[in-house]
Amino acid sequence: MQPFDHLFLSVKEICSGGDAVADETMTPKGVKIHPSDLKKVCAHLRENPAVFFDMLSCITVVDNGPEKGTMEIVYNLYSIPFNHHLALKVSVPRDQPEVDSIQDIWKTANWHEREAWDLFGVTFKGHPDLRRILMPGDWEGYPLRKDYKQQEYYRGVKVDY
Amino acid sequence: MKGFLDQRFENGGFIITKLEDLINWARLSSMFPMTFGIACCAIEFMSTGTTVYDMDRFGMAPRATPRQSDVMIVAGTVTFKMAERIKRLYEQMAEPRYVISMGSCSNCGGPYWQHGYHVVKGVDRIIPVDIYVPGCPPRPEALIGGFLQLQDKIRRESVVAPKAIERLTAKTNS
Repeated sequence: MQPFDHLFLSVKEICSGGDAVADETMTPKGVKIHPSDLKKVCAHLRENPAVFFDMLSCITVVDNGPEKGTMEIVYNLYSIPFNHHLALKVSVPRDQPEVDSIQDIWKTANWHEREAWDLFGVTFKGHPDLRRILMPGDWEGYPLRKDYKQQEYYRGVKVDY
Repeated sequence: MKGFLDQRFENGGFIITKLEDLINWARLSSMFPMTFGIACCAIEFMSTGTTVYDMDRFGMAPRATPRQSDVMIVAGTVTFKMAERIKRLYEQMAEPRYVISMGSCSNCGGPYWQHGYHVVKGVDRIIPVDIYVPGCPPRPEALIGGFLQLQDKIRRESVVAPKAIERLTAKTNS
């Protein structure tokens, strides 16, 4: 099991788009990185035999609301052979949330990214099949955004109680 | 002492009844439900079918296709994505067909009534419902209570002059 400092340094030295910042208050402990570095960092964490994060446990999106104007995307990583955890966090503007798809690094990201697209409207560049996964295909809006207003009718059926 | 039917048949060999009653009796004694569950209520529906509660004693054998079933038990949360499928299944059933709405979710949206953007607030917004069974989820006894209510409803049905039409004609005459 690798200490967090070690993991953090190995992430920090690949980042070129912006500084990597350690956030030890997160559970698991995480690193904030620039969105442009995401794919590089993920590929490194997946391929490097010294860390070998072979599992992407979860992708979470946090909407900080219209006042702050940002959205955060959190990737929870886990290494089965080494039993260590790491979170990666990227922050994107709320009016144009866009980040690289990592589904070619971890296959499981495919559906996770579709879910994030479905509920938060985050665009994943390079995703092969970015369409809604939970809501019906012709649903309007992104339900988990802070300023979401649900539609009045869906195919002639009233949505409100 | 012989059984009820044996005694009746031995005294003359026939029973006199109204055709309507016979048809209703046949219908209410063989309400085939569709094997169909969409959330946790389906667990209670399944246990209603076990030997403990014995759904079979009402002549209710679950059928695996809407074409052969008489009763649809909407057992669970109806989402907008599912609503269309439910409507289609209902339309595939042959008449006479009945719908039991089982549990709070399909009655009125249940715990999702306020923030559940994805939930249809009551299955009666998409298909007509005969019996509502309250509960979250209802116990098998409650569901059986629903069956008995539905049987009562069928027993009072009229083939020749359905009550709804009677009421309509009464309105136009007066």
